[in-house]
Amino acid sequence: MKIRLTSIIILIALALGGWFVYNTQKEGSNYQFKYGLDLQGGTHLMYRADISDVVDGDINGALNSLKETIERRVNIFGVSEPLVQTEVGGRLSEDKYRLIVELPGVTDTSEAIRLIGQTPLLEFRLLDSGKALKISQEQIEDGTLNIDVNELYVPTGLTGGLLERAQLQFVPPTNEPVVSLKFNSEGKDLFSELTKNNIGEVLAIFLDGEPVSAPVINSHIANGQAQISGAFTTEEARLLVRDLNFGALPVPIELIETQTVGPTLGQETLYKGAMALMIGFIAITIFLVIWYRLLGLIAGLSLIGYVIIMLMLFKLIPVTLTSSGVAGLILSLGMTVDANVLIFERMREELKGGASPYNAIQTGVKRAWSSIRDGNLSSLISAVILYWFAGAAIVKGFALVFAIGIAVSMFTAIFVTKIFAMAVSPDTKDRFKWLFNMGISNKKK
Amino acid sequence: MWIIKNRKIFYTFSSILVAVVIGLLFTWGIRFGIDFTGGSLLELEFDGKVPTHDELYSDLESYDFLAGYSLRSSGETGEILRTKEITDEQKNTIISGLQESYSVTESRFSSIGPTLGDELKTKAILAVVLALFFIVMFIAFAFRHVSKPVSSWSYGGITVVAFLHDLIIPLGAFSIMGHFVGLEVDSLFITALLVILGYSINDTIVVFDRIRENLSGVSEELKDKKFESVVGKSVNETISRSINTSLTTLIALTALYVYGGSVTQAFALALIVGVLAGTYSSIFLASPLLVSLNNMSKK
Repeated sequence: MKIRLTSIIILIALALGGWFVYNTQKEGSNYQFKYGLDLQGGTHLMYRADISDVVDGDINGALNSLKETIERRVNIFGVSEPLVQTEVGGRLSEDKYRLIVELPGVTDTSEAIRLIGQTPLLEFRLLDSGKALKISQEQIEDGTLNIDVNELYVPTGLTGGLLERAQLQFVPPTNEPVVSLKFNSEGKDLFSELTKNNIGEVLAIFLDGEPVSAPVINSHIANGQAQISGAFTTEEARLLVRDLNFGALPVPIELIETQTVGPTLGQETLYKGAMALMIGFIAITIFLVIWYRLLGLIAGLSLIGYVIIMLMLFKLIPVTLTSSGVAGLILSLGMTVDANVLIFERMREELKGGASPYNAIQTGVKRAWSSIRDGNLSSLISAVILYWFAGAAIVKGFALVFAIGIAVSMFTAIFVTKIFAMAVSPDTKDRFKWLFNMGISNKKK
Repeated sequence: MWIIKNRKIFYTFSSILVAVVIGLLFTWGIRFGIDFTGGSLLELEFDGKVPTHDELYSDLESYDFLAGYSLRSSGETGEILRTKEITDEQKNTIISGLQESYSVTESRFSSIGPTLGDELKTKAILAVVLALFFIVMFIAFAFRHVSKPVSSWSYGGITVVAFLHDLIIPLGAFSIMGHFVGLEVDSLFITALLVILGYSINDTIVVFDRIRENLSGVSEELKDKKFESVVGKSVNETISRSINTSLTTLIALTALYVYGGSVTQAFALALIVGVLAGTYSSIFLASPLLVSLNNMSKK
């Protein structure tokens, strides 16, 4: 009777699990399935990071700040869960350092590429001193000194595009760090004109719309060279030089892979995967019931348990589902049955030997265990190696689901199938024996 | 047992099959997908009128950057264009060009640089070799107590022979499909190979495990003499399990092939062929080979 109680508890637990899977699909739940780009549509970009100009030892630092910069830019998209990560490729690869950007829901690849790859906007803007004076006086009188600095500056047309190079220098005697700029010929002319006409004015330097320094023009500069000095630490100055030279990305990047999946294809793939899962499940159960009768039905039940546990784990871990992951789940459906089949075939031998169904199950599980263990371990080895070596997300997605599937399938075969089978098995030899016969022929022995 | 008795027939059959496949690999070869070679892949979805390949070829003729491209149908309304690497702008040019004549949308676009493909090749080979190595070690370990009459290493070695057989046959299938319908080998195919590896070995292990068990009931002196009949008995006892398991797996895979999406179709096909080969080899190759090996060592 204890076995029957246990099996009822398992049934209730599985039902609760099913309810959890269903219920957490509702809007706003934290446990909704996470879908990969290929199922929800979106853009995947892979860049090669050129670290040849990075001083040895600081590669990680450079890659980290690259990641941060790109994250800032990606956030402009307002995508719900963008992914930016750096990756170190194989030893032999030329593209050893990589940056991966995933933008779910974004299918305008050109816009995404443009935004990520853009160089920062370095601008020189003149302070409109008349306006500034007026505003600040008004506000001082109001008692509210609240100036939006950007409004006070007028663009001059002199931008980072006209820069030839930036350099970090230290000015004696205090060794104060300054950033020296050298303009190209067009920039030189523009800069010369600006400094000639606006002596005494403030010519501020803006980076991506934010002022970084606001030096005063002291004299006419005709040679196209300028210095940004001010309250820099050496580190800040160094970063600014880097940003100016490399287009604000700490290391230059080059696009080497793009993948875009339209939203309809993603949904269709998901729908088709779910469809294949259902049809596969139904066909397998029909086969099992025809061949193994009552035990086949139980194997079908334990297969439902398997799917529920898998889906729960997908939500709890959480596993990002991809089309290959769904394929892995469907494949594992067929392979999960293997452990059941092994047990049933062993049982059949025991039944032939005259054991009661109840005892036959116990011995069957015991004797099938070593093949179940060895077989699944070898599958697990290939799954782990796949996961380890997989560069492509599509392979990783499969390997993860496959590995989880192997573990769960061993559990459901040994516990769920066994306990259910024992719960329905009579302890005597002859009653209901036809229910436990196997094969399509129904020969009386 | 008839399978063991007639083993030479099965050896011959498999040898011919493997020889044919190797011939195919050298003549037709295998079409590698863009994951391996680099390049671009554009999947288009037509709404309403679906143009024929000839119509599309003439539509695409005007684009100079499309050198050596190929077209393949995907489902009833989809077309997959595969070409050398093109940029996003070039892709947009093609789509807007096609939109003048058809109602068409882009459903998938991938573009991969050539160096990534080289890395994938290295990784794929490394993964297969490593998986093989670990599994042989594992089998030799699991069967370490079974040293008579054949050593536990023989079990491991034969498992590898069976696996190579199961690996080469899907390659042949892809060579044929590549030649006639342009099916390509992608990174998921490599995944399929590793799954076939696991499956093939799992299948072989179940038979070997039974041999191990049945041998343990035989007294030491008789082991050598009775080896052939023990193997025959073990195959007989496991054959319905082998067939049933591969049937359920094939049911699942067929569902995936027929109803699943275009991305995993080739994957499902590779697995279907591999599972068939794996079931065949575990029954008709692996165990008979154990007997042959034992007979050879006696001479």
